[in-house]
Amino acid sequence: MLFSISWRNIWRNKVRSLVIITSIALGIFAGVAATAFMKGLAEQRIQKVIKTELSYIQVHKEGFRKNSEFSGYMPDAANLVSEIRKIPHVTGSSERVIIQAMAATAETATGVLVYGVDTENEVNVTNINEKVFDGAYFEGVKKNPLVIGKKLAEKLNAKVRSKIVITLQDTANNVVSGLFRVSGIYTTNNNMYDESHVFVRVDDIMELTELPAGAAHEIAINIDDNKNLELVEGEVVKVSKGNEVMNWKTLSPEMNYLTEAMDLYMYIFIIIILLALLFGIINTMLMVVMERTKEIGMLMAIGMNKMRIFSMILLESTLLTLTGGVVGIIIGTAFSNWKSRDPIDLSRWAQGYEQLGYDAYVYMNLEPMMLVNITVMVIFTGIIAALYPAYKALKNDPADALRIE
Amino acid sequence: MNVIEIKDLVKIYNSSEVKVKAVNGITIDFEEGEFTAVVGPSGSGKTTFLNMLGGLDRPTSGSVKIGGTNVWELSSRKLIDFRMNNIGFVFQSYNLIPVLTAGENVEFIMHLQGKPKKEREKRTKELLESVGIGDRIKSRPAKLSGGQQQRVAVARALASKPEFILADEPTANLDSKATSGLLELMSEMNRKHNTTFIFATHDQRVMDKARRIVTIEDGKILKDERFER
Repeated sequence: MLFSISWRNIWRNKVRSLVIITSIALGIFAGVAATAFMKGLAEQRIQKVIKTELSYIQVHKEGFRKNSEFSGYMPDAANLVSEIRKIPHVTGSSERVIIQAMAATAETATGVLVYGVDTENEVNVTNINEKVFDGAYFEGVKKNPLVIGKKLAEKLNAKVRSKIVITLQDTANNVVSGLFRVSGIYTTNNNMYDESHVFVRVDDIMELTELPAGAAHEIAINIDDNKNLELVEGEVVKVSKGNEVMNWKTLSPEMNYLTEAMDLYMYIFIIIILLALLFGIINTMLMVVMERTKEIGMLMAIGMNKMRIFSMILLESTLLTLTGGVVGIIIGTAFSNWKSRDPIDLSRWAQGYEQLGYDAYVYMNLEPMMLVNITVMVIFTGIIAALYPAYKALKNDPADALRIE
Repeated sequence: MNVIEIKDLVKIYNSSEVKVKAVNGITIDFEEGEFTAVVGPSGSGKTTFLNMLGGLDRPTSGSVKIGGTNVWELSSRKLIDFRMNNIGFVFQSYNLIPVLTAGENVEFIMHLQGKPKKEREKRTKELLESVGIGDRIKSRPAKLSGGQQQRVAVARALASKPEFILADEPTANLDSKATSGLLELMSEMNRKHNTTFIFATHDQRVMDKARRIVTIEDGKILKDERFER
């Protein structure tokens, strides 16, 4: 019955209640939409890094990540790859030979990181093949094809079919050179990556360096869903025979911090919105209590104790806030769902966004857990907003209140 | 048998400049089944007296015993429960809860008492029928006339099965037809169920129905008369 009274009390002054409910709904809508936008932005950035640069999990010989020495290869990488492919949720794995080298054209030379990749397996792990905008991914050039980034192509003044000499050290530490020809030029919108990473066929680089068959410096693993990351990582550790297994979060901690930082910013943003709304709700509830001084006095007179009066005000404030909150959450969720299919177009500012590694088209991404947390925060705001008005109500003396005309 | 025993009741209001003795040493008893009108001019102390009697206004000194319990020795929490279970209130401006229907207004006090839903609903129906507005059980107060609202207030006051009912100027806002109907109703309740009624009133029509009239002036009892009616 207390619930019923509180709910009906909200609608005694429809205009006032609707004004505060609308302001709460708008505030929460803004919070939900901003959260979904920022989450989508961060998620796309992370996915981009995983799909283009890192893959979900990598395996290296212990110490390779620190010193990047050519001798730090895994001799039985090919067998390891076969084992890894049997693990559930693994959708692709590819061995890579990684060498620091010098790339030179007739005009200039620069240091690069050469990735010798299995062209068939690599496409199941990263999407560099989809990023080629000029030429083709290891096609069109029969001998020693090379795929380079746009920034590097500009630096070396190289085009498709241009010759590039790759100079590196072989397994015996001899300096050897190979003539490669550009088959494709890619762009990931990450200039630093595009400038330093070149891709060649693993067989070509093995021939040049005389690396033993089946050896590789890195195994990149792709999985079906990020939620299976820890599970798959555990399985990979079991078969990796003492090699170092790292997931994208440890490979690129800044990406992991990005998610955590975004979450933190969003909670701060929502708290600021709720704080601003809090004072509006307190004001409304104070008006409610002042207007009903006589009624509260009567309720006290006929036997409603202080706890029940307090509960009634608390319930009314919480219901008022929650009504606005739920409306805001529904609108925010509907908007976010729409914009998760039809992205927000930021192409007008694309250059700036892409320089930072973000996409110009943002697909909103709303996490159910975030909605639960926002709902709890809204309820909490309603309770906080009721405390002072409820205290004022309890200060009423029934005899004095009943004398009010 | 005495339901209420009042001894040396004093109430002094301390304003910044003067002390006002609203009730000045009243000693009086009320018996079960009495139909009493407390009368007197404005400012004589009627309402203050009734408020102290009803456990709403703490006296400066003196005692109020209801069914043997000295109400002003109870803790504030116990006093609220005591009021709920022993005293029915009827106010001048009805004071119904506007968001509840007539039936819910009557049921509410039984809800506070923790009575089961079925019992509440049955008694609510009986009470509203007994005050003559059984057909308005689902109407909100705003849809009822003043007389009907006061009948709901009487039904609400009776709902908790109190020792007695205190009614402060219950007819002040009613027209003569509604007043006579309400008085007839309360008089019938008094005769049929031996319910004790104590009114604070100016209304001659109430006085005409009362079997005991206590006249208060300057916070003291001037006259205490009983009538055979």
